[in-house]
Amino acid sequence: MEVKNHKLATTKDMRPEEFKNNDYLLRMAEELNRDGAGIVLSTVDDVINWGRSNSVWSLALGTSCCAIEFMALGAARYDMARFGFEVTRNSPRQADLLMVLGTITYRMAPLMKRLYDQMAEPKYVIAVGGCTISGGPFRKGYHVVDGIDKIIPVDVYIPGCPPRPEAFFYGMMQLQRKIKMERFLGGRNRKEKPEDGETKREEKA
Amino acid sequence: MTTEEKIKQWCPQAGTETAGETVVHVPADRLEDVCRRLHDDAEEPMDYLRDLVGVDQGEGCLSTYYQLESSRTGSRVMLRADAVEREGRAMLPSVSGLWKTAEIKEREAYDFLGILFTGNPDMRRLFLREDWNGYPLRKDYDMDSNPLDMGNEENADVTEEFRLMPDGTLERRENVVFNPDDFVVNIGPQHPSTHGALRLRTSLDGETVKKIDPVLGYIHRGIEKLSESLTYPQTLAFTDRLDYLSAHQNRHALCMCIERAAGIEISERAQYIRTIMDELQRVASHLLFYSCLVMDMGALTPFFYGFREREMILDIFEETTGGRLIQNYNMIGGVQADIHPDFVRKVKAFTKHMREIIHEYHEIFTDSVIARTRLKGVGKLSREEAISLGATGGTGRATGWSNDVRKRHPYALYDKVDFKEIIYTHGDSWDRYMVRMDEILESCHIIDQLIDNIPAGEFRVKVKPVLKLPEGVFTASVESSRGEFGVFLMSRGDKSPWRLHFRSTGLPLVHTMDTVCRNGKIADLIAIGGTLDFVIPDIDR
Ligand code: SF4
Repeated sequence: MEVKNHKLATTKDMRPEEFKNNDYLLRMAEELNRDGAGIVLSTVDDVINWGRSNSVWSLALGTSCCAIEFMALGAARYDMARFGFEVTRNSPRQADLLMVLGTITYRMAPLMKRLYDQMAEPKYVIAVGGCTISGGPFRKGYHVVDGIDKIIPVDVYIPGCPPRPEAFFYGMMQLQRKIKMERFLGGRNRKEKPEDGETKREEKA
Repeated sequence: MTTEEKIKQWCPQAGTETAGETVVHVPADRLEDVCRRLHDDAEEPMDYLRDLVGVDQGEGCLSTYYQLESSRTGSRVMLRADAVEREGRAMLPSVSGLWKTAEIKEREAYDFLGILFTGNPDMRRLFLREDWNGYPLRKDYDMDSNPLDMGNEENADVTEEFRLMPDGTLERRENVVFNPDDFVVNIGPQHPSTHGALRLRTSLDGETVKKIDPVLGYIHRGIEKLSESLTYPQTLAFTDRLDYLSAHQNRHALCMCIERAAGIEISERAQYIRTIMDELQRVASHLLFYSCLVMDMGALTPFFYGFREREMILDIFEETTGGRLIQNYNMIGGVQADIHPDFVRKVKAFTKHMREIIHEYHEIFTDSVIARTRLKGVGKLSREEAISLGATGGTGRATGWSNDVRKRHPYALYDKVDFKEIIYTHGDSWDRYMVRMDEILESCHIIDQLIDNIPAGEFRVKVKPVLKLPEGVFTASVESSRGEFGVFLMSRGDKSPWRLHFRSTGLPLVHTMDTVCRNGKIADLIAIGGTLDFVIPDIDR
């Protein structure tokens, strides 16, 4: 049996040096620390953030396809426990992170907002997949929200349809960096009050 | 005498349309009678309503297509009835008294097109909010007429029913879904074990389930309407995202339907690849079924087992198609790319491995006393109920109803390979579970027969990028991982479909929940839902 020259095998891979790891975020945090924060308080902050960023408990709002890839992350091969993400909570009260996995429709949108509102501060949102970012393939539909950032603030976007597990991890690590930059005690860049989703939407309209 | 001739005898006014597939056109006032006679026919009872599709024919004409099949002989017939206008609303008589599945499918047609079915006890909206304006699948629907409403949604506890009185007047009645003193528990839409955004309003008496009212539409993406503005090759992308655990099979159905309509003959090699991919997909899906079911029942280790083997299949998919979960692999005229050089070797290694390892699955879960006591004798469904509800796939086969499309209406290479249709007879959760576990091995058996004989040749025949299909109605159905998946395509000779409808495998299954869980314990509800095995985006479309 003759197999034709395989197209996929010849696709150009991304070079390692082209990969932007965004580790400047961490360098920035260090810099900020050096320039301003008190030594004691900022060290306490670092410890807190080390703990927080390595034990992010997520509330998986899995409505469709992307949620299955998230399940694959939980299994042995990809094992998100390595990053401290393995505890998924089914109650918004116990979660730090809202993982929105899958298309959000008009009927679901008020419920997503309610889940977000029920979560305790500090809270984060990751939008996974084309659907949550922009409505994806269903953008033109009469029942699909074209981007959840119109309703709730989003911290990290993970594009893909569905994103590969590696992409999930990359996005989750970005969130960890974001968490590590926060200051609770050391002053300087105290976390801004997150905008209320409602007012944000009204301004846009 | 063919079914058509019979219908003509009962109802001489019936006409036949032969553009595409044969459709028997029955006047609305004779519909009930014709349907009853078909349903009660002595030799060939049409007891399985495969699908009910509402269509806006343009110029104010709304009609419904009924696809019927006889569970005894497997012969099929399609009826069409045009709605008549009464008191300013389009109406048709309901057939929910004959086929229970019509209860929910007529609600769908009402939701999408505003056809009111007289005699259906439940005429609420199905997918859209109860305060939604207009009917989206009508041709004159304004896509911007319903902006996002962030307000709370009230669910009515009563439904409307319209009855046509013998003197031609309409009588409006109210049916109660839940009484004010019922204890109603809301399960979902955000619930870890409903496998997506499904919401079940459940009324309880102590621990006993009294009634389940599924509320759907939390993931209704409007795929059918969107397809009407896309060219045929573009519509393919949606099928993968319906039931993503049957991505290959769904796309196979749509490709097959379009190829049939356009008269495209695909190569032998493509048929082999498609069949093997379909079966691999089935194994992957059943492995996920196993993982999810055991996790819902509180066991975590078997979840890792299921995903371990599933990853092997996903690797095979990824090498050839580039996608893990959603592969976008079938194309009109064949498949997108040729198989990877390692494909044959890896698939063979996989089936061998799967056979050798499946005993681990049984040792850790199937043989455990928890599995047996929680599944055996729980959530029983009878064969007659399954047929009337249209609960195909493993759920139907567990009741003794032989409904495998691969056997009854073979497509691709299924008439060339030798395989058993797995049938159990008790119709309980245990049998539903065992059907899937046995099907894993049966699929491996099918793959083994094909994998060494993939013939050389083109993997895809050349097809014009913009395709125009001849006028008419075309259908195709495949056995997806969880039942019969069907495509109904209506073409007006354009480069995009006039109406494209998918027979959801999950909609009848969710509808089955009420029948199966009633008078059972609430603690069993999740396990029963797990064994019915539905995927929500496929239900809501
Ligand atoms: S982005 Fe793609 S894979 Fe994810 S939910 Fe949307 S359609 Fe499914």
